[in-house]
Amino acid sequence: MMHFMLLFSRQGKLRLQKWFIAIGEREKKKIIREMTQSVLARQPKTCNFMDWKDLKIVYKRYASLYICCGMEDQDNELLTIEIIHRYVELLDTYFGNVCELDIIFNFEKAYFILDEFLMGGEVQETSKLSVSKCIEESDLMQETMEEYMSKPAF
Amino acid sequence: MPAVSKGDGMRGLAVFISDIRNCKSKEAEIKRINKELANIRSKFKGDKALDGYSKKKYVCKLLFIFLLGHDIDFGHMEAVNLLSSNRYTEKQIGYLFISVLVNSNSELIRLINNGIKNDLASRNPTFMNLALHCIANVGSREMAEAFTADIPKILVAGDTMDSVKQSAALCLLRLNRTSPDLVPMGEWTSRVVHLLNDQHLGVVTAATSLITTLAQKNPEEFKTSVSLAVSRLSRIVTSASTDLQDYTYYFVPAPWLSVKLLRLLQCYPPPEDGAVRGRLTECLETILNKAQEPPKSKKVQHSNAKNAVLFEAISLIIHHDSEPNLLVRACNQLGQFLQHRETNLRYLALESMCTLASSEFSHEAVKTHIETVINALKTERDVSVRQRAVDLLYAMCDRSNAQQIVAEMLNYLETADYSIREEIVLKVAILAEKYAVDYTWYVDTILNLIRIAGDYVSEEVWYRVIQIVINRDDVQGYSAKTVFEALQAPACHENLLKVGGYILGEFGNLIAGDPRSSPLIQFNLLHSKFHLCSVPTRALLLSTYIKFVNLFPEIKATIQDVLRSDSQLRNADVELQQRAVEYLRLSSIASTDILATVLEEMPPFPERESSILTKLKKKKGPGKVPDVEETKKERNSDMNGSTEPASVNSSAVTMSTPSTSTDLLGLGSAPVLNSVAPPSAGGSLLVDVFSDNSPAVASLAPSAEENFSSPRIGSTDVVSDDPAAAVHDADELVDKFVCKNNGVLFENQLMQIGLKSEFRQNLGRMYIFYGNKTSTQFQSFLTAVICQDALKTQLNIQTKQVDPAVDGGAQVQQILNIECVSDFVEAPILNIQFRYGGALQNMSVKLPVTLNKFFQPTEMTSQDFFQRWKQLAAPQQEVQKIFKAKHPMDTEVTKAKIIGFGVALLDMVDPNPSNFTGAGVIHTKNIQVGCLLRLEPNTQAQMYRLTLRTSRETVSQRLCELLSEQF
Repeated sequence: MMHFMLLFSRQGKLRLQKWFIAIGEREKKKIIREMTQSVLARQPKTCNFMDWKDLKIVYKRYASLYICCGMEDQDNELLTIEIIHRYVELLDTYFGNVCELDIIFNFEKAYFILDEFLMGGEVQETSKLSVSKCIEESDLMQETMEEYMSKPAF
Repeated sequence: MPAVSKGDGMRGLAVFISDIRNCKSKEAEIKRINKELANIRSKFKGDKALDGYSKKKYVCKLLFIFLLGHDIDFGHMEAVNLLSSNRYTEKQIGYLFISVLVNSNSELIRLINNGIKNDLASRNPTFMNLALHCIANVGSREMAEAFTADIPKILVAGDTMDSVKQSAALCLLRLNRTSPDLVPMGEWTSRVVHLLNDQHLGVVTAATSLITTLAQKNPEEFKTSVSLAVSRLSRIVTSASTDLQDYTYYFVPAPWLSVKLLRLLQCYPPPEDGAVRGRLTECLETILNKAQEPPKSKKVQHSNAKNAVLFEAISLIIHHDSEPNLLVRACNQLGQFLQHRETNLRYLALESMCTLASSEFSHEAVKTHIETVINALKTERDVSVRQRAVDLLYAMCDRSNAQQIVAEMLNYLETADYSIREEIVLKVAILAEKYAVDYTWYVDTILNLIRIAGDYVSEEVWYRVIQIVINRDDVQGYSAKTVFEALQAPACHENLLKVGGYILGEFGNLIAGDPRSSPLIQFNLLHSKFHLCSVPTRALLLSTYIKFVNLFPEIKATIQDVLRSDSQLRNADVELQQRAVEYLRLSSIASTDILATVLEEMPPFPERESSILTKLKKKKGPGKVPDVEETKKERNSDMNGSTEPASVNSSAVTMSTPSTSTDLLGLGSAPVLNSVAPPSAGGSLLVDVFSDNSPAVASLAPSAEENFSSPRIGSTDVVSDDPAAAVHDADELVDKFVCKNNGVLFENQLMQIGLKSEFRQNLGRMYIFYGNKTSTQFQSFLTAVICQDALKTQLNIQTKQVDPAVDGGAQVQQILNIECVSDFVEAPILNIQFRYGGALQNMSVKLPVTLNKFFQPTEMTSQDFFQRWKQLAAPQQEVQKIFKAKHPMDTEVTKAKIIGFGVALLDMVDPNPSNFTGAGVIHTKNIQVGCLLRLEPNTQAQMYRLTLRTSRETVSQRLCELLSEQF
């Protein structure tokens, strides 16, 4: 089970944080600080895994953005890299060649997409088509649903 | 400005984000944020009702501000209002805000739950999904209470949409993790298992996660999932890559589902049904075969997904540990990966091989890769990978290759990263001891260890080498010679000086015949380094000197001169001063006979498990326990062994100076006392000197530092009797209350503190009674409960202050409410301050809040018990301790203690009727940990073996520590 997913920039600016466990704000800030520091300090050409307390950290870099996940010990590391990749693909499909600015300005969308893909720290839907369709539908929904709902019921 | 803004853009939000990004300084940013907060606040408070869009926009801005790291203390109500909006996007933002900024404000939770309830009942799949996501994101107990009954119904209802089923399954999984007691098992469980057959692969994926978690807790109930999972897996691995459409990921069919199915199968032993078993073996072979096929794509995603399935299959093979053929194939496959150009694969191969090394079928096969692993240690550029290589070398070590592996590790230690040095030191120390055929090799290895990485050599390591040298007389002369030579180096590590000082003090006579290491040369060598060392080392060296007085009477005068010098007799450090005074006195008035008895060679240590091993286990675990605590714990167990429990309590409580030096070699134990107790003839002098405190005799052994700081010899008046500043933090207090909830926690001449406590699940209430034993009023009576370090986040303790005046003879009561958030090791400290007759009194006692208090007993059948026992077979889940009985071995008393510990005592479970088994669940707010225990008494040897298995290493460890102190 994934405990958290963090997106941060090369400069250590946090762009997205998703927590699948209940912990306090102070603890969260501490983890964020430690994660950005230790992931950014890693040399190039190293593996994508790190041990941290009783968690396994799996991270991957996309241009200026790092995505870093805290996994439990028995979770599959390679597949976690692909969870990260699939999420980036989903963002890419939605925004069309996603860049850091898209995530900054549309952070709520980035959350919605993540919610369609992961839930409770587990993969919910691995099909790119299904997830993208859900998101597209909910974007359309705002018009159709609004129109639908504003009609008098009788 | 935003690059794209799809869906409904919120212009105001985009402008605000731009503004923040344009801020040149932190101050400017804070200023801009405060301006925005003021604006939003006024909008929310304004008379004009806000339309849904504005409300959504402002809530979204608040969320953004919060995510920047600022506190948000309003807006929750507006967010909750958005939940009841009919507009999807407004509802969505409302849910997002709540998911990110949960507040346990009960009023709000009720409103949120109401919104969720409406959406769940709406039969609109999109709304239902939003609601289920919110429950899963928050996962609080209140929500679990409100919805655990509904969600299973949604999950198994025939007309539920697939996407809602997926959400419902994972939502239930989340609630089961946070509040398993609330998730009702029932008719739905069998229908959940059949979701493994569902047409929709997304549903199967989500359901498999849920079933895996449920099966870990109730394997019996979900047993049918095994054959279903095997047939599903078989259909996937044999499918053509196009069959599964969008569930094929870079030419790999359904990698996520495959991995989850393989994980589910790891909850069970190999299938009993031959056909199912055969089919599974076929699957695993197919997966292994595919690894040899040429890749279908050059993309890294393809190989990652393919290898993810492969590694999971290997995990399953190792878990079953029953098919030698598959195990060897797995080992060969990993061997290939060891030299792969992908760093990730090398890392994972090393990691997997570690577990493979412990299987008897594959241990030899793993060993053939030793050269590759050693090479990895030397050439890998990535510290994570090197760490795995160290782990693997440690795992594959046995008698045949120990010398080579230890030599390579020592070699590597010279250049190793600081972050892993301590761990390597521990590993080398353990291997050197475990596989030592020739103890001179062992001694050399440890001395090398100190030379190379002295700073990382913990006390456990050098205590251990001394224990071994003392117990093995064949190596004593060699050790004395080796340390003497090592000490010749102009700069040697202080740890070497400690080992050297100790060993020469005991066995210096064995090399004194050689004129190059005559008594005087030995003494001068040690003393030349004396002034450069820290106080504890100097204290140890002083004890060495007094030992020399006995070993070498010819240098007695020289030593007395040193002891007599002002820098010793008037040393600012009270410990050193005291030793100098006492040793000088002892050397001048005691006859040679008495000296010989008091300063006799140390008797052998009782065999015990190496404390280094415990330390390594701990290091690997999460919350690292401070070392001092660990050694202190040991000391207490020793004391319990030697003295009556009653007197232990009193002596621990009246100990007025908290000892700074830790227990050296755990020597406060009975055998030492006995062996150096003065003989009746000629003992009068000693009895005089040591007047009322006979245990102090033990302190004359150069090792027993601890005893020096407790009962002071002939100087009771020097030590202030003032109870102020007394810290009563001895662990016995805590141990005493492990199996009971009521009793006297502390008593001195001024006051008595009584305790009554009750615990239910993760909550507890403790009544503390402060009794004033004097006839004078205590003034400014103030108490504080202190949770240190990690404990702060692990325990929540709330209390009200008591009245600041406590009348003479009166008793006041204080109530503590305790919530256990997660598992913990330390005990909270109760600090009490008050004025008595003008003098400020200050004392601290450890509160006996221990992890086992949060047990709920669980009754189970023999079959269930062993089923679960087997599932918790991972090495880190089990903790075992073998120890000597400290109390008479009475079955009824033992039973009462186990029940008092909090678990259910399971009768007729263990095939051996004299064994005890118990089961229970530790309740914390975050998790619940099932726990099984087994206590096997051996009346003949007066020993016990205690085994604990829980799903959490720290819990096993802690419970074992607690319970093993009780018998």
